Amino acid sequence: MANTILRKRSLIPGTTSELVVDAPHIAAKARPGNFVILRVCPDGERIPLTIADADPTAGTITIVYLVLGKTTAHLETLGEGDGILDLCGPLGRATDIHKLPGEVICVGGGTGIAAMHHIAKGHHKAGNYVVGVIGARSRELLLFYDELKAICPEVLVSTNDGSFGRQGLVTELLQERLKNSPLVSEVVGVGPVPMMEAVAKVTKPFGVKTTVSLNSIMVDGIGMCGACRVSVGGKTKFACVDGPEFDGQLVDYRELSQRLGAFKPQEQRSYEEFKKSHVCKCTHS
Amino acid sequence: MSANAPTPKGKKTGPRTPMPEQAPAARVKNFSEVALGYTPDLAKAEAVRCLSCKKPPCRKGCPVEIDIPGFIARIVANDLDGAYKVIRETNSLPAVCGRVCPQEVQCEGQCILGKKHEPVAIGRLERFVADAHLSASACETLTGGDECKLVREDLKVACIGSGPSSLTVAGYLAAQGIKVTVFEALHELGGVLVYGIPEFRLPKAIVRQEIDAMRAQGVEFKTNWVGGMTITVPELLEQGYKAVFIGVGAGLPKFLGVPGENLIGMFSANEFLTRVNLGRAYKFPEADTPVIAGKNVVVFGGGNVAMDAARTAMRLGADAVTLAYRRGEPEMPARKEELHHAKEEGLILKCLHGPIEFTGDDKGYLTGVRLQKMTLGEPDASGRCRPVVCEGDTCEVPCDMAVVAVGTGANPLIPQTTPGLSVNKWGYIEADPETGETNMPGVFAGGDIVTGAATVISAMGAGRKAAKEIARRLLG
Ligand SMILES: Cc1cc2nc3c(=O)[nH]c(=O)nc-3n(C[C@H](O)[C@H](O)[C@H](O)COP(=O)(O)OP(=O)(O)OC[C@H]3O[C@@H](n4cnc5c(N)ncnc54)[C@H](O)[C@@H]3O)c2cc1C
Ligand SMILES: Cc1cc2nc3c(=O)[nH]c(=O)nc-3n(C[C@H](O)[C@H](O)[C@H](O)COP(=O)(O)OP(=O)(O)OC[C@H]3O[C@@H](n4cnc5c(N)ncnc54)[C@H](O)[C@@H]3O)c2cc1C
Ligand code: FES
Repeated sequence: MANTILRKRSLIPGTTSELVVDAPHIAAKARPGNFVILRVCPDGERIPLTIADADPTAGTITIVYLVLGKTTAHLETLGEGDGILDLCGPLGRATDIHKLPGEVICVGGGTGIAAMHHIAKGHHKAGNYVVGVIGARSRELLLFYDELKAICPEVLVSTNDGSFGRQGLVTELLQERLKNSPLVSEVVGVGPVPMMEAVAKVTKPFGVKTTVSLNSIMVDGIGMCGACRVSVGGKTKFACVDGPEFDGQLVDYRELSQRLGAFKPQEQRSYEEFKKSHVCKCTHS
Repeated sequence: MSANAPTPKGKKTGPRTPMPEQAPAARVKNFSEVALGYTPDLAKAEAVRCLSCKKPPCRKGCPVEIDIPGFIARIVANDLDGAYKVIRETNSLPAVCGRVCPQEVQCEGQCILGKKHEPVAIGRLERFVADAHLSASACETLTGGDECKLVREDLKVACIGSGPSSLTVAGYLAAQGIKVTVFEALHELGGVLVYGIPEFRLPKAIVRQEIDAMRAQGVEFKTNWVGGMTITVPELLEQGYKAVFIGVGAGLPKFLGVPGENLIGMFSANEFLTRVNLGRAYKFPEADTPVIAGKNVVVFGGGNVAMDAARTAMRLGADAVTLAYRRGEPEMPARKEELHHAKEEGLILKCLHGPIEFTGDDKGYLTGVRLQKMTLGEPDASGRCRPVVCEGDTCEVPCDMAVVAVGTGANPLIPQTTPGLSVNKWGYIEADPETGETNMPGVFAGGDIVTGAATVISAMGAGRKAAKEIARRLLG
């Protein structure tokens, strides 16, 4: 059945999960960089999630989400065999991928690693030498290490506490790599806004093409509302149809961060109410 | 509340029969429909005013040429079924049109009575007939009995988008026994009728009933399918659809192009209305989609969209809603009834004012807007007077929310993914005005994506033309 969750895997217990969903028509079209918009319940909010992987033969897509508020928490209550009420995609422009002379460095942070995975895989398939650079606060919070290992000849890891890989930040690893590499054709950064901003800052002196994937607030995802607008090179762009990927040097990160907080009080209220009602539901069943 | 005594039978020159409506003070606090509709008595009182002209000019004023005197005569004769059938011959969404058409420039604008007295309230009568019928069973509603044709699965047609243009194509073709599949990008069907026009003007239940009626006729609806992304036009043709109708509307919101437009609290009308209508943000937190309920709201624009945004902001609890429009009140393109209702509800009009700049605090929240005074100059190409800047005459209006309703552009998603499809210089799809066919054989287009933002009835008119041509080709 379309939209049915076929497999669920907890990546970080309680906060991050991976779903493999039956969605043949989306899987057939999904390219790296695309995302879906889903709704979990009637009167639910439409939220965008990146397609972390797609298998057109099996007719499935993979999504990975961090539980952050009402909708993702509700999604987390679903299990294998459950259906996702509304699932729409693929949306957004696909990543521009072709054979490049030098290596491609794919930097991922937090849940962004899963989103970055699909892009890295695309570059790998195009015959590019992909270097994965990923980071998390500590070892148990690191996602998709094995998946990336399968497609990247090198995966560089940093953790804030040093429990795995190098102690420090991904940007430090990136800087070293840029210094030591003979030829880097492109750097891709996917993760929290401050991380993407920092990636762009590090790559700037090297003059290397830098692509970031923006996660602005979206409603329709097909260019009809402008909720997702971001300033890129001083121009207003709609992340859902002009992006979500943009030139990392041109993005107004401050505006993006501020706009991501536009509905904070309402979101908190919504989450609180959900937690209350959800406890209720659990005791019933 | 405002229903006067019915016009005495036979008195045609008296004032038109008012339609009961919610009182302004009450309705501004709720999202229920403002205009309540005629009772049978009121409808009859109004219907008898019709002169039953031999060559009715009202019919010429109707983009789908409803036999207006014909249906009104049946109201007088107590034959509501007959009246409905007459309307349905040319209009597949009468309950919607009775509510949202700009009748004053269409049918009612042509009414002979209107030359000396008030025109017959055709829109209200159309709504009355349609509402009276919505309770009847679906197939009967559409075709007047068990005449529903068997759907031929071998003759299939695809519609992209589910606004009034596509729905008209679907309704018309289904009645001819042609299998129609409608692909809609959003999770709800109806286009602007559900995500744009608010509940208090067009209850969603009405749109849903019209759609259910089509479903009962065999039309298949697929939501969450994005034309150009989930499936492309060439793929639909490959899959055996004999024709594809593109009715995706003119979605892309325009902004004002002045500094500060991305501050928090600044919305396009599309975003604001979509959050409230499609996302049901008016019942947050019961519904999850949030919206900012501004206390001091400024809306930019002078059309129906601006009116809907302003009146929605009032209902979300704003203390003051100001409408800033660059031209004068007579130039406003909104339906007169909407402007009238909005003023009754407390809308502050600031005509001849345009924005120069939005200001915000250091956290990125909107705090105010600087407005430029304008005056009217010479008429421009559109025939409307051009607004001219009054140098040095500006003012500040504090606000925590602003809504931009200054029009939309063409959504490029379909043209970008349909190689060879002709569009004009603004990105609107080029279609034959007679048949709706694009430069690609078998691919038709109509509604706002062809004309730019227009009206429900003109989108339906375009759908009807295309549907007739498609039916002619498929059925011979
Ligand atoms: C193109 C794109 C791809 C994304 N991919 C992923 C992904 O693969 N995995 C993942 O975990 N997250 C992803 N996100 C972010 C994800 O959409 C939000 O975390 C989610 O909407 C939170 O919803 P909530 O109701 O659980 O939390 P809320 O409490 O409602 O929101 C928490 C925060 O999420 C953001 N947010 C809220 N609503 C939306 C919305 N409608 N659209 C976008 N952001 C919103 C806001 O910054 C908000 O402060 C992506 C966002 C975009 C735009
Ligand atoms: C707020 C507002 C108030 C209005 N008030 C009035 C009024 O009072 N009277 C009046 O006559 N007119 C009014 N209009 C104008 C009228 O609603 C439109 O002219 C009319 O709806 C156009 O119909 P359409 O079929 O062309 O497209 P739309 O109604 O715009 O519907 C298009 C549909 O296509 C879908 N879509 C878009 N892209 C894709 C895609 N790629 N794949 C699949 N689906 C897609 C959209 O989600 C949408 O559902 C108003 C408009 C607005 C926004
Ligand atoms: S999400 Fe509405 S335009 Fe991008």
